[in-house]
Amino acid sequence: MSLQNFKSVFPKTDIYYFAILAVVIVVIMPLSMDIFRLNLVGKYLTYAFVALGLVLCWGYGGILSLGQGVFFGLGGYCMAMFLKLEASDPESTKIQSTPGIPDFMDWNQITELPWFWEPFYNLPFALIAVLVVPTIFAYIVGVAMFKRRVGGVYFAIITQALASILTILIIGQQGYTGGVNGITDLRTLLGWDIRTDSAKYILYFVNAGLLFTCLVIAQVVRKSKLGRLLVAMRDQEDRVRFSGYDVSNFKIFIFCLGAAFAAIGGAMFTLQVGFMSPSFVGIVPSIEMVIFCAVGGRLSIFGAVYGTLLVNWAKTTFSESFPELWLFAMGALFIAVVMAFPNGLAGIYKTHAQPFIKKIPKLIKELAEPRAHVKSGAQ
Amino acid sequence: MFSDYSSTELISIFAMQGFAGLILFSVFVLMALGLAIIFGQMGVINMAHGEFMILGAYVTFLISNLFADFMPAIFSIYFFIAMIVAFFVCGAVGAFVEWSIIRHLYRRPLDTLLATWGLSLILQQLYRTVFGAREVGVTIPDWMMGSIPLTDIIEIPLNGVFVMCLTLIITLAVYFLMFKSRFGGQVRAVVQNRPMAGAVGINTEKVDRITFALGCGIAGIAGSAFTMIGSTGPTSGQLYIVDTFLVVVFGGAASLLGTIASAFTISQAQSTMEFFLSGSMSKVLTLLTVVIILMIRPQGLFALKLRK
Repeated sequence: MSLQNFKSVFPKTDIYYFAILAVVIVVIMPLSMDIFRLNLVGKYLTYAFVALGLVLCWGYGGILSLGQGVFFGLGGYCMAMFLKLEASDPESTKIQSTPGIPDFMDWNQITELPWFWEPFYNLPFALIAVLVVPTIFAYIVGVAMFKRRVGGVYFAIITQALASILTILIIGQQGYTGGVNGITDLRTLLGWDIRTDSAKYILYFVNAGLLFTCLVIAQVVRKSKLGRLLVAMRDQEDRVRFSGYDVSNFKIFIFCLGAAFAAIGGAMFTLQVGFMSPSFVGIVPSIEMVIFCAVGGRLSIFGAVYGTLLVNWAKTTFSESFPELWLFAMGALFIAVVMAFPNGLAGIYKTHAQPFIKKIPKLIKELAEPRAHVKSGAQ
Repeated sequence: MFSDYSSTELISIFAMQGFAGLILFSVFVLMALGLAIIFGQMGVINMAHGEFMILGAYVTFLISNLFADFMPAIFSIYFFIAMIVAFFVCGAVGAFVEWSIIRHLYRRPLDTLLATWGLSLILQQLYRTVFGAREVGVTIPDWMMGSIPLTDIIEIPLNGVFVMCLTLIITLAVYFLMFKSRFGGQVRAVVQNRPMAGAVGINTEKVDRITFALGCGIAGIAGSAFTMIGSTGPTSGQLYIVDTFLVVVFGGAASLLGTIASAFTISQAQSTMEFFLSGSMSKVLTLLTVVIILMIRPQGLFALKLRK
């Protein structure tokens, strides 16, 4: 990438935003919170991966997926399956009737490890599966839908149905998936205990690093020709098609990218929180993730992160002190964001704060050189 | 899976499950009719539709208590009054929601989805605050209890028959309203060409509001009928919303006949399989089949032929 290219992808202001976000996440948060709160922030940041994917899919591409929880869940479950197999070695599960298989399988009278669990003994396989399984799933859905020019509302309903199906399936097939409790009691990653405080610190920073990698990818995508095409497609799909572009391929790509982001978030969620359950897969979490993105601003990749943090912080605070009020507040938030602030926090920042901030250097200059000011006034 | 049963048993099982499916079918049709009007005709996604249904159910619950306390003599007919009240209450709330939220968002269908989802959260919490988190049930009048024995194995519960008759009547009423009345003509005109409909003197805003209110009112009736076959909790509506959307989309969004046909297919498939597989697997298989068919044929079973 030449310098010219670099400047067009990362303009000065965006570099500032990257830097501010980095300071907030890597410096301020870890210094100002104890490990319990920091772990919570880490958990919220895993949702930011999903919100980031939604900014690209929904904000830029105009594709609203209400099934991002599916990809979050698939990524998380792939990770959880590896960790669970490591946690259920024959030594620690010797009280079971079949030692060496996960405890919930034993409770459901399953005596042999199912074939699709076998490869998850292998960490590289599990890590690849985290990325590949959700992406392939997104690819199949994307090809089936976008090649037939299904979009908008229909796409939203179908992805929602997929989220619902996967939840029912996971809950129904208790013996293979851990059912409604999910896969719990995860302990070590290749012998490294993930439940200790130091491990939580390390995982938080790994998570932050991955989030920044995804942010950079998203920035490259949105500043590239692809990003401009996405916006054009969102606003005038037919015109882009008549210009000779294969619209569906771009949509499939961006949907798969969003799915991969969500999957990374899911895997990091499993590592930091120590379990994975169908309550992060279904319709309700999937729509909540859309609201994180909408609150932050559906066109802003940084907004997605701030929005996620803000909504989750509010959720935790409210539901601790006024559990009754939280659903009212959440519902009102949905309506308010859609009706009054369609561009979310980023929109508010852009219209109100940014003009003010742009004035600051000028103000400082004027304050530093009062005489120049007077002179120009005298002329 | 069929080998364990004799052929007469199999026929009875299919008949019984088929009938259970018909009850599910009735609920689907009643919910989907309202949704098909709102979504199919107006293009608005109403995620709070399930909550409107539950509102109807709670209204029925309140009126049944009212009759039991103050007018026990005519308790047996409370249901009909409750149904009418539920229709108007839900319709009024629907009209208010249209006026306050939906009308600002007609150009942004995806945003109506989020706004109505927010509304559904608020309504759910409201029900929980007012009626409590536990499910409530109504007392079914005596004449609706019991069942008709057809053969020694097959029995048909009376409340199911009643709900089905009700569904039939409502469906016919909606059909006449949409396709034979002046109002229905206006609705269809607005759907097909809004500026032209406005130009010939139809008050499109008013038509929108009444259409939305009508859809919500029918959801209220669905809720009333729902109390006859199940108990009502704050989140009961959410259980049906995805299925109902699939019913509407699968049938072809703008076609009432398609909605009924797809409700029939989905409910029958689900309840017949339920006997042989577990409940969750039968639901997964049914929904998955529907989604796969929709991927192959996105316009649904009965689509209007439109040039796009």
